[in-house]
Amino acid sequence: MHISEGVLSAPVLVTGAALAAAGISIGLKKMGYEKIPQVAVLSSAFFVASLIHVPIGPSSVHLVLNGINGLLLGWLCFPSILVALALQAILFQFGGITVLGINTVNMALPGVICYYLFGKLVNREKRTISSIAAFACGFLSVCFSGILVAISLVFTEQSFMSVAKLIVVAHLPVMIIEGIITLFCVAFLKRVKPEVLGGIYGKGS
Amino acid sequence: MIEEQFSTGNSFVHSLDPRVKIIVAILFSVVAAVSSNFLALLPALALSLFLIILGKLSIRKVLYRLLLVNGLILFLWLFLPFTYKGEALFNIGPLVGTTEGVLYASQITVKCNAILLVMIALLSTTSVFTLGHAMSQLCFPDKIIHLFLFTYRYIHVIFQEYHRLINAMKIRCFIPRTNLHTYRSYAYLVGMLLVKSYDRAERIHKAMLCRGFNGRYYTLSRFYVKKGDVLYLSVMLAAILGLVILQWTAIA
Repeated sequence: MHISEGVLSAPVLVTGAALAAAGISIGLKKMGYEKIPQVAVLSSAFFVASLIHVPIGPSSVHLVLNGINGLLLGWLCFPSILVALALQAILFQFGGITVLGINTVNMALPGVICYYLFGKLVNREKRTISSIAAFACGFLSVCFSGILVAISLVFTEQSFMSVAKLIVVAHLPVMIIEGIITLFCVAFLKRVKPEVLGGIYGKGS
Repeated sequence: MIEEQFSTGNSFVHSLDPRVKIIVAILFSVVAAVSSNFLALLPALALSLFLIILGKLSIRKVLYRLLLVNGLILFLWLFLPFTYKGEALFNIGPLVGTTEGVLYASQITVKCNAILLVMIALLSTTSVFTLGHAMSQLCFPDKIIHLFLFTYRYIHVIFQEYHRLINAMKIRCFIPRTNLHTYRSYAYLVGMLLVKSYDRAERIHKAMLCRGFNGRYYTLSRFYVKKGDVLYLSVMLAAILGLVILQWTAIA
């Protein structure tokens, strides 16, 4: 899902950085100092979870989990994902300084959208509704991310069109897997620790 | 798996003031990312290679890192020569590769690797904690710094937790395959990781409150600008300015 350094054009990078700055400042405003340890522990949980490789046929994909991140953190998923991406850039050189903004937006914006779309539905009593909402949350968060990546590529250079289309299509299995994982994960959390899904992190202090 | 491979060493680069390194890395990345001319990009690549050599980093490890990260670039090479409009350079069956496409793809490759090398040479040669403290002295927002340092601290703890859970699954003969059982098990693994981190976060927060945490994170590290730092900073600024001039005059 990361876009490497040097691929995107300056206007796309600047737009990404500006959008990211806006999202992050909203997130930071909602995040009181007392919430920092909690958000940090969850950010690192997501960092570690993204190292999990799930088999699919002969190959494997790694989890993105920006849907659950959005569900749990709301707007705070902007700073959370920014920090996780910065650490990935420093530790593994995935992504980098100039693409940090656009990568953050590509991952965090779908998370926030899913928070608003499914945050309430997921907490419904009825199991079918909450399961469908959870699946849609996982599926759509990756889908939106893929589309955003495709848009950033196409706005850089028209000839990226076929690459961009392929990226979205190639993410189809990832979307389905993320949907399934999110579905089970939400069901698990509802049974084991429902207060996690209460969206306490999403509300401002 | 999560280790700072390049952060220890006693080269000139390792001993530089981390603030200087951050500034140079940011300026270089930005300039290189917006450059589009080989007259500027090739010197940029040379400069980044020079920094790697200056840092006395193991070339093998650096190359391995580059290989891992160049996946997307390789992917672009499969497409760009054929989708970019321009003069035909070569044919593979019905596909026509264009000169412009090849040039564009190589431009991206050079740009990407130059920036990556500088990031390895400058940022990865500093420990993450030092980077955090340096960033706070460079007036990055407080909350981001706190989040950054805390997150890095807990990645290791949660990674251990993750290994415990994975081992427990392996002991129970879990073999990942493409089936619902696998996906459900992984989902529960993620869920358990979140539950455990949630509990841990609560404990940490209470423990910190007991010890008088008032939301401020005091850093004890002080950085001193040495002669070498000033020299390095001025040379690098001059070099980056040179890149800007090369790029700018080439357009005009």
